[in-house]
Amino acid sequence: MNLFRRLTILIPYLWLLVLFLLPFLIVFRISLSEPVLAMPPYAPQFDLGEGWAAFRDALSQLSFANYVWLTEDALYRNAYFSSLRIALVSTFLTLLIGFPLAYGMARASEGLRPILLMLVILPFWTSFLIRVYAWIGILKPEGLLNQFLMSLGLIGEPLTILNTNTAVYIGIVYSYLPFMVLPIYATLEKMDYSLIEAAQDLGCTAIGAFWKVTARLAVPGVLAGCLLVFIPAVGEFVIPDLLGGSETLMIGKTLWTEFFNNRDWPVASAVAIILLILLVVPIVLFQNAQARAQETGS
Amino acid sequence: MKSLGNVRRSFTPWADGAARPYIAFENVTKRFGDFTAVDDLTMHVYEREFFSLLGPSGCGKTTLLRMLAGFEEPTSGDILLDGQSLKGVPPHQRPVNMMFQSYALFPHLTVADNIAFGLKQEGMERGAVAERVDQMLKLVKLEQFARRKPHQLSGGQRQRVALARSVAKRPKLLLLDEPLGALDKKLREETQFELMDLQEQLGLTFMIVTHDQEEAMTMSDRIAVMDAGIVVQTGTPGEIYEAPNTRYVADFIGNVNMFEGRVTAIDDGLAEMETGDGFGIRAVAQPGVSAGQHAWFAIRPEKVDVTRRKPDQDQNAVEGEVWDIAYLGGLTVFNVRLDSGTIVKATVLNSERAVEDPIGYEERVWLSFDPDCGILLER
Repeated sequence: MNLFRRLTILIPYLWLLVLFLLPFLIVFRISLSEPVLAMPPYAPQFDLGEGWAAFRDALSQLSFANYVWLTEDALYRNAYFSSLRIALVSTFLTLLIGFPLAYGMARASEGLRPILLMLVILPFWTSFLIRVYAWIGILKPEGLLNQFLMSLGLIGEPLTILNTNTAVYIGIVYSYLPFMVLPIYATLEKMDYSLIEAAQDLGCTAIGAFWKVTARLAVPGVLAGCLLVFIPAVGEFVIPDLLGGSETLMIGKTLWTEFFNNRDWPVASAVAIILLILLVVPIVLFQNAQARAQETGS
Repeated sequence: MKSLGNVRRSFTPWADGAARPYIAFENVTKRFGDFTAVDDLTMHVYEREFFSLLGPSGCGKTTLLRMLAGFEEPTSGDILLDGQSLKGVPPHQRPVNMMFQSYALFPHLTVADNIAFGLKQEGMERGAVAERVDQMLKLVKLEQFARRKPHQLSGGQRQRVALARSVAKRPKLLLLDEPLGALDKKLREETQFELMDLQEQLGLTFMIVTHDQEEAMTMSDRIAVMDAGIVVQTGTPGEIYEAPNTRYVADFIGNVNMFEGRVTAIDDGLAEMETGDGFGIRAVAQPGVSAGQHAWFAIRPEKVDVTRRKPDQDQNAVEGEVWDIAYLGGLTVFNVRLDSGTIVKATVLNSERAVEDPIGYEERVWLSFDPDCGILLER
């Protein structure tokens, strides 16, 4: 292998090392420290200038105490479970809305498809933050939604949606819908429609053919979409912060509070590390699904 | 008795007035928006027939097939299968199976599961399904590929799986949409004969769509030549080749030389025609041709004789210069340029290995033919 080829392989590894592995190690090391009122706000500090003995001494001060603390305090446990639940429910809701959307797009005429695709991508042209703020305007008691429903006479007094979990679901489903629609659309769009006709020809009803062929072949896209929604939704901070209320307990928000309000970097780091470990499982699942999809060569 | 071409077997239900058609298209029209894909078409196909729909792309042949399978409904008219109207019957309830041009094999299922798909759908019990699948795999010689997925097979193997899947349910009628279109030439020729054997063996009615005239000629009992939504001619391969009813059919099937002219006289089925190429023709005329009308004379290259000496006849003979010679081994094709500028194709069978003093380039030669070797067409 020549030098150039070695170098091209080196670049992505270097990238991962510098931008992923090193930061991870730093966060991990902080999670093993103790909070102190200093700058930086954790101890011990490693100073190689003070010699080997001092380094060994500092190393011996590292402990898993923060992790033990996380398991003892129900707040963190609840926050993790609540985050997982909210992420699961919103992933399911996104799938419920995203699949028909993707199916409709894939079955639309060839001329219409790029336009529909554009419409799905278009919201990305506006800042994520602004779009979430816009939902405040829609959902608040005197907001657009309540005004509309009241003018129709469907409700007598404004619904309380903002600052509840419902608002968080709406926010997550809205924000992450394209991540669900696009991979499903990609698998459905390249599906040969004559497969459906073949299934019907061999005795399936239209609905039977949908389940046995369309839904079955869409599985890689559905899996990809679900993980692309689930993974960021678990750690979501902005949406619960802006749309959620006091009842909304999410790990992203807990982490933020630890870091900025309590200035407890070690605990915040431990929270982040556990979140990462929790998410490694679905990420591995996702990668397996991708590999399998590539293997079927479809 | 003279016959046009060879008949594949003594099987001619279409000539029997009492025979009931198995498939009957009755005044079927299909429109897609402004486009008329099939235009007031009436056509009958008989049980156990190997019937081909032949025509260029967009002529409506695939639409006909899809209407039989139930994927399209006729805009007007009716299709009867074994005397029963198919109006409103969904695809999954029709006793018809189709082999798709793309094969449409389910990519997530193995070869065996693909073949078993329709049987399981039918509610056939497990043991019987396995038995039938084995039978089908044997039929298409793919026993050792049962556990493979479609993407692990070659094009020819996929074609066989598609075929096995479409006949697994033992349909009375099998529809084949360009079944050999994706195969290379050699494989295509082998598969043609296999398809014919399979049809005989299973006693099915085959309806096949193709744009390849050679394929249609090889396999079919009858061929329907289609153009722009109508059937131009239906007949045995021999009838289509030797007695085309229009220039379109003559030109679509095989090679043909065409001379344009005016009919001067009709006498006992033989017409006399003065061509624009400076010679007279006396030949069999299509019924309905009358004196004084504009007509075309069509003759196949293999029916034109090439000689150095002027033949002993005034009509059906014309002189020209050898323009091109293509030696094809079994045949030699001469392109002869008449003095009018028309190029005439003549093929000569090379029945001997060595020829003394063969005809060469730029030689003056005479082309001639017998009165019953070509046909005079109205349009």
